[in-house]
Amino acid sequence: MNAFVRNAFPAMPGGGSDLDLPHIRPSGIEEQPPLPQQLVEIHGWGRAAGAMSHLHGIESVADVVSALRQGGGRGVTPRGLGRSYGDAAQNSGGITLDLTRLDKILSVDAASEPPTVTLQAGVSIDTLMKALLPFGLWVPVLPGTRQVTIGGAIAADVHGKNHHTQGSFGNHVRSFDLLMPDGSVKTLDRPAGDTWDALDDDGRLFWGTIGGMGLTGAIVGAVVELQRVETAYFTVDTDRCSDIDDLMARMSTGDDSYNYSVAWFDAVTRGKHMGRAVLTRGDKAKLSQLDPKRRREPLRFAAPSFGTIPEVFPNRMVNVATAKAFSEFWFRKAPKHQVGALQNITAFFHPLDIVAEWNRLYGPNGFLQYQFVVPFSAHETFKRCFEMIVTSGHLSCLNVLKRFGPGNLSPLSFPMPGWTLTVDLPIEAGLDKLCDALDEEVVSVGGRVYLAKDSRLTAERFRQMYPRLDAFLAVRDRADPEHLFISDLARRLAL
Amino acid sequence: MINATGNPQSLLLLGGTSDIALAIARTYARRGGGLRVVLAARPGERRTGAAAELSALGCRVTEVDLDARDHASHAATIDAAFAEGDVDVAVVAFGLLGDAEQAWQDPELALELAEVNYAAPVHLGVLLANRLKDQAHGVIVALSSVAGERVRRSNFVYGSTKAGFDGFYLGLGEALRGTGARVLVVRPGFVRSKMTDGMDEAPLAATPQEVADATVAAVTAQRDLIWVPAPMRFVMSGLRHVPRPLFRKLPL
Repeated sequence: MNAFVRNAFPAMPGGGSDLDLPHIRPSGIEEQPPLPQQLVEIHGWGRAAGAMSHLHGIESVADVVSALRQGGGRGVTPRGLGRSYGDAAQNSGGITLDLTRLDKILSVDAASEPPTVTLQAGVSIDTLMKALLPFGLWVPVLPGTRQVTIGGAIAADVHGKNHHTQGSFGNHVRSFDLLMPDGSVKTLDRPAGDTWDALDDDGRLFWGTIGGMGLTGAIVGAVVELQRVETAYFTVDTDRCSDIDDLMARMSTGDDSYNYSVAWFDAVTRGKHMGRAVLTRGDKAKLSQLDPKRRREPLRFAAPSFGTIPEVFPNRMVNVATAKAFSEFWFRKAPKHQVGALQNITAFFHPLDIVAEWNRLYGPNGFLQYQFVVPFSAHETFKRCFEMIVTSGHLSCLNVLKRFGPGNLSPLSFPMPGWTLTVDLPIEAGLDKLCDALDEEVVSVGGRVYLAKDSRLTAERFRQMYPRLDAFLAVRDRADPEHLFISDLARRLAL
Repeated sequence: MINATGNPQSLLLLGGTSDIALAIARTYARRGGGLRVVLAARPGERRTGAAAELSALGCRVTEVDLDARDHASHAATIDAAFAEGDVDVAVVAFGLLGDAEQAWQDPELALELAEVNYAAPVHLGVLLANRLKDQAHGVIVALSSVAGERVRRSNFVYGSTKAGFDGFYLGLGEALRGTGARVLVVRPGFVRSKMTDGMDEAPLAATPQEVADATVAAVTAQRDLIWVPAPMRFVMSGLRHVPRPLFRKLPL
């Protein structure tokens, strides 16, 4: 038992682990009282398919070790801020580890090239951005919300509007600390090899954990590479596109000249203007591009919050009337064609973060987010899927279309070169049929859906979508032969 | 897990050759790919046939032996049913109708009805509930009957077993609140099935498929008690309160 405990704090060069918090001493672990057992309902951001699970608030790595020992027959699942839409961070009948209190930024190395930050895995991207911006440092990959933890960003290998130029979050992770099922913490550095076959076991564990949905262990700390910025603003070009063909043509020809590119499209309007869209593309603004007023505080982080949505909304708030009204408004409010507008972070990146708990708008039944990618060559299939959604009668307001660049070595990472599309669909009768039909189209051309958003895929389809699954399973079985790390997603997909 | 669109990944049929249970399995099989079905029933042609049919619909089928009257075997039956993983929906569907007039005069037949329709479902229900409580999710679908709601002279042995069955599973549903596991009690009226073959049809008769459709919808909607067809609820609500002397005279 003692050896087991000592493993949790391996000797690090320079003495002490990065994760060794002052108030925790390895010798103290033995005296940790059992963590309180509390069976509570937890769910993903979509609020469908929730689970009763024993939720442990984790304040230290020692707590994680303690929880692991109590694992019981239903295993443990690491959880961050719960922004995964589906069931990736819940564990019915087992233990769910809330890691959001591992929230220390430990050090920033601004002098190195690229600059790096060393931090605990529960730090949110929101916290990190606010801390880094005053120093002119920038998180290289930002997903659609800042309310995700670094651990979650690695485990889901999240992507942003700059995937086509910068890849996904995992591409920028220099190393991370992984708490293994035996209670030891393993520091994994990004391996040099650029093919799977060239990697050793640790290299495979590194890439298997990226995108690995928390199934190889609990990520408790990381070193992330950063970028430098002169301002907290973006120069943004906006174009309204009249239909899906117009949109895809413009993205195909123009995306490469921008670091960031994304399109919102209208998934309600049919007929001639089906697929009308607002395409926004931009780059980080340089100091010289700011007006004198903004130049006084070029790195000011503008993140207004207009309050929290109360939990009073019934099902079917998203109906034909509201969806049409929203789509019309969102389309009309965008300028027809605008070049070089200055936008702040919230306006350009995270318009939804202005309103907290917006998922409550969907009522108690919840919703699911369907995001798929198909190769560029499957242009026609992509359009067919798009038409199936628009004509299905299922209503989606927040719809995003993007072009991905090359993927990375992670066997379960979602992005691959191609078109990706995201829709938010309220849970209603017949939705399974639509999604199943979409799966079939997506699989037929070698595409896939995004696990961080999934709450309904079958194990069979999943296997067809992720051809490198066996590579992942080999990594996971070596790291966690008894499958102590598990989740409802893992059970559903027979992982 | 029952996924976000309400489709289960795994189904356990206790009474795996029951017409209603199989109709439920077919309905789920048609809804989504990759359904795993455990058929718990006595071995034989009927079970083999049911397994073949469900396999043809794309299900992964496991056959498990179930002998309702052999209480000592129940734990092994449940162990086998959960051997390949969690069960999302477990249907308690086995039962005997028996000849009503023979049943109240033949002690052996009366005992058999009581054991198969009440004692075994209680024993298996407790075993099931323990499993579902541990996995903290899953629904037990208990196929009760309106016959238990107001026990009639014409088939009171059967009716009394269903009354006990119904009461047990309603109570089990209450006891499981807050654990993640749930119980749905289904009260069909007269169902045209092999159980009622040759009998005169009662009003508001339903087909096994109608019972299955209503059950699947109720599981999705997380309900805990339904009547099939739905209007039966109001019929029974009236009948329950008819005074005994008058009830005796009704042609039921």
